Amino acid sequence: MKEKLEQIKQEALKQIEASDALEKLNEVRVNFLGKKGELTAVLKSMKDVAPEDRPKVGQLVNETREEIEKVLETAKTKMERAVREAKMKSEVIDVTLPAKKNNVGHRHPNTIALEEVERIFVGMGYEVVEGPEVEKDYYNFEALNIPADHPAKDEQDTFYVTGDILLRTQTSPVQVREMEKGKLPIRMIAPGRVFRSDEVDATHSPSFHQIEGLVIDKNITFADLKGTLAEFAKELFGEETKVKFRPHHFPFTEPSAEVDVSCFKCGGKGCRFCKGSGWIEILGCGMVHPRVLKTSGIDPEEYSGFAFGVGLERIALLKYEIDDMRLLYENDIRFLKQF
Amino acid sequence: MNTALSWIKAYVPELACTDQEYCDAMTLSGTKVEGYERLDKNLEKIVVGQIEKIEKHPDADKLIVCQVNVGNEVIQIVTGAPNVKEGDKVPVVLDGGKVAGGHDGGPLPEEGIKIKAGKLRGVPSNGMMCSIEELGSSREMYPDAPENGIYILPENTPVGADAVEVLGLKDTVFEYEITSNRVDCYSILGIAREAAATFRKPFVPPVVEVKTNNEDVNDYVSVEVKDSDLCSRYCARVCKNIKIGPSPEWMQRRLAASGIRPINNLVDITNYVMEEFGQPMHAFDLDKVAGHKIIVRRAKDGEEFQTLDGQMRKLDSEVLMICDAEKEIGIAGIMGGENSKITDDVKTVLFEAATFNGANIRKSAKRIGLRTDASGIFEKGLDPYNAQAAIDRACQLIEELGCGEVVGGMVDVSVPLPEKKFLPFVPEKYNKLLGTDVSREEMLEIFKRLEIGHVVNSNGNECLEIPSFRQDLEGDADIAEEVARFFGYDRIPTTLPSGEATTGKLSFKLRIEEKAKDIAEYCGFSQGMSYSFESPKVFDKLLIPKDSPLRQTVTISNPLGEDFSIMRTVSLNGMLTSLATNYNRRNKDVRLYELGNVYLPHSLPLTELPDERMQFTLGMYGEGDFFTMKGVIEEFFDAIGMRKKAEYDPKAGKCFLHPGRQANIIYDGKVVGFLGEVHPEVLDNYDIGTKTYVAVLDMPEVLPFATFNRKYEGIAKYPAVSRDISMVVPKNVLVGQIENMIAQRGGKILESYQLFDIYEGAQIKEGFKSVAYSITFRAKDRTLEENDVAAAMKKILNGLESLGIELRQ
Repeated sequence: MKEKLEQIKQEALKQIEASDALEKLNEVRVNFLGKKGELTAVLKSMKDVAPEDRPKVGQLVNETREEIEKVLETAKTKMERAVREAKMKSEVIDVTLPAKKNNVGHRHPNTIALEEVERIFVGMGYEVVEGPEVEKDYYNFEALNIPADHPAKDEQDTFYVTGDILLRTQTSPVQVREMEKGKLPIRMIAPGRVFRSDEVDATHSPSFHQIEGLVIDKNITFADLKGTLAEFAKELFGEETKVKFRPHHFPFTEPSAEVDVSCFKCGGKGCRFCKGSGWIEILGCGMVHPRVLKTSGIDPEEYSGFAFGVGLERIALLKYEIDDMRLLYENDIRFLKQF
Repeated sequence: MNTALSWIKAYVPELACTDQEYCDAMTLSGTKVEGYERLDKNLEKIVVGQIEKIEKHPDADKLIVCQVNVGNEVIQIVTGAPNVKEGDKVPVVLDGGKVAGGHDGGPLPEEGIKIKAGKLRGVPSNGMMCSIEELGSSREMYPDAPENGIYILPENTPVGADAVEVLGLKDTVFEYEITSNRVDCYSILGIAREAAATFRKPFVPPVVEVKTNNEDVNDYVSVEVKDSDLCSRYCARVCKNIKIGPSPEWMQRRLAASGIRPINNLVDITNYVMEEFGQPMHAFDLDKVAGHKIIVRRAKDGEEFQTLDGQMRKLDSEVLMICDAEKEIGIAGIMGGENSKITDDVKTVLFEAATFNGANIRKSAKRIGLRTDASGIFEKGLDPYNAQAAIDRACQLIEELGCGEVVGGMVDVSVPLPEKKFLPFVPEKYNKLLGTDVSREEMLEIFKRLEIGHVVNSNGNECLEIPSFRQDLEGDADIAEEVARFFGYDRIPTTLPSGEATTGKLSFKLRIEEKAKDIAEYCGFSQGMSYSFESPKVFDKLLIPKDSPLRQTVTISNPLGEDFSIMRTVSLNGMLTSLATNYNRRNKDVRLYELGNVYLPHSLPLTELPDERMQFTLGMYGEGDFFTMKGVIEEFFDAIGMRKKAEYDPKAGKCFLHPGRQANIIYDGKVVGFLGEVHPEVLDNYDIGTKTYVAVLDMPEVLPFATFNRKYEGIAKYPAVSRDISMVVPKNVLVGQIENMIAQRGGKILESYQLFDIYEGAQIKEGFKSVAYSITFRAKDRTLEENDVAAAMKKILNGLESLGIELRQ
């Protein structure tokens, strides 16, 4: 019996060895282990074995079966792997063929610059607010310490609708509207469209965008203004950016400053971008004028604050090296797709 | 304002710095230097030479050969200049030197022009004699230079000396940007005072002392100011025995560097004092002043007046005039009259230095259309004390330069001069505002240099005495700025605001707009931006009827032109213009979107601010159609939590859209926007030669439906059952009606329905179309049974039948 089993096993192993396809392996399985297979036939012939020997023979049959199965399984795995390898070999593609793109649209460079500025200030706890573009003279001028006869009203070349309704020339009126709400402290930025009577050319547009910033709280200092804007400049133009504050004059701030950043193209060595100076002017700012605070119902003895205004187009033009402002309002898709 | 550094140094004698150091330091203390230029740029090896001998050139009629003594040698120079003679002293550039420009006075080359020894028509020439143009200047600035030829130096010029220095070109001209609050800095003295404070050097202004004769000015002239609201001070002095001639070289050089052409001693002195003191002055020929009387009063409406440039000017009753006993002789602060103009035969001069109302001068100059150097300064509002200082200085110069004899005394008609202004000295407040720790001693040191006095008043409080020329200093914040400027903005620490933390955030509206941008871009649309103002002609281009309320616009009263004169009430013109630009440039498959306001007036004329409505506008041509656009709208709704089914009403009534391909977008019963194919005639008007689709969402209508709240509803556990139906539908029945019917009648177990076929034509009877839907049912709590589905389907089919729809077998 033992010999017979050994013989069956050897025969099975031989046939497995000789199999060159999964189907053949399957045949081997059926022939030896199937219902009508040779090993099954041995089991069926157990009735001819002496009852005391049956467990032993049974065990032997099972051992043989397991051995054949094990070899079969190994052979199958090996063969399957070979088949898969072969299939994959035939499936090689040219990975340099063009991509199938979804043709996603692009944001306007102004918006990209704006969102970057917003991200920086929102991160510092500023709320983004808006105000009307068609505005009252009071908010655009008077409440900002620019009385009726002030030369700044001429300088800014205002578009008027009626005697006291105009297109805002700056985003600063949003400061006043925010202060009037009476909720302190204030940390806000107000982006938006502004209008000035400039003819269209490469560096001028009668309609452009500003971002206003305002912080009002107890104990706000000029040093805080410096620190905040230095942080902003570094975030926007890179960690290496240096900031220079120059005294200036705005009717609604005192002291006032203009801010230059070290040229982010040449790092301050001087190049065509900074006209050789190493510095680029980016914004105006200052401590909110006590008269402006008072006009909006805030006690300048208790509260102080700072404000700043950034030209959005200026940032976009500088950052993306756009040499003509008119491109921003033409909406040529070949321009927009570059951002 | 342009000024030679040498003039500043005349009043800050210890000032010693490079041009760049001066530029940087002044800018950092608040007197912004826009730029500077060396007058001796590219002038090298130029000396004073004397021509000893002139001979004809052997081979050229127009050339001469000169032997020129340049101090240590005599060199031979060949020249074509017609104006030189033996004995003349001239600027000579030696071999290897440089001049700034060419003989023709054209633009100066960046690197100058190198001069080398060579031969001219065979005769050696070892240098060049220079014209004023070659030295980088012009006859405007050197009126004594010949029109065409070599500049001849004065006879007493030492031979061999540095000609650049002799000509006053060893100097640098700085250009300043003066801020509007610092009227005092529109003057040499003002800038010099700032320079002295910046560099901590003594400020030495000129000492003004007038030597006069024994006569009394009141015997020569009287002054009456009728409108003192517009003229707070009028000072007048008289100079007689005027001898007109050129002003001295140093004065000419200083004026020229400031960009003022030297003319004669009298004109130059008034200009010089205007530059030096920042007080414009006027000189009248007293013999032309009728009755020797000056009257200052408003003009009469509609009057005309000839200014000294010969132009007739139209006046009105807000223009202030200087008049004599009979007539007007000048427009106050703007320009004098032709009738009292100084001519070379003037004998007696009346000087005027006045303080006019700045705003009035500004407005008058604007209305008359005549803005002069003088009006530009007056309009800033001048210090009345300065008027007297300036007129005295002018008389001093008249006397010192031998231009005339000064009559004793000054006529001074003035409202009470402003009293001395005092502000409390509160160092801790300045430090608190600045975030600094500047000592009171350092502050006082700064104030001293700025001529701000420190006094203790009768109440024992420390005060600052503000000089009259610093009208801009009104409160503690202004004083803090003075401290900051001279302490140094760069030395102020950098800190971040402390105090209560605040939440950084975007408003809900802005968050929704951000989503709009995201979705539009996912769908292939790029963001455009167009102007808020446009031409009223766009209404015709868009076929908008004459009586449409859209033609009620916010209109700009002073637009840049008609094309920018109204605030848009529809957002489509900007979009179509942009698409047209792209079409014209042959860009394929263009998709654009814009987020921008339209401006709808509540009533006209405008009495309150208009309604500014944010419009989400989409436009496209090329690949895609009406339903592509519809898809974008629904993607957007989905993204902002608008999960109900949007409806589309084809009766949108939009004149600018194709009448059969337009719809209002309705959400929850409200019209929130529209979409459609652009009307072919409108496309013609914009020169777009292809089908174009637009959609506009009126964001204020959308916002109330938008939400960022989401709720998980579970993923179905039980299987779904689908039924396909194929229908023959009367053509006039919209698919939307079918869908509404399915939705209404499907009951709770209706999960979804999907159009999978729509067909018209052969095999379908006339007036009908074939429509096929797949309807899916599912229950949340059990596996559906056949009779559940059958019941629901029966209801749906009955409903569809009522629309005249037949089931296709």
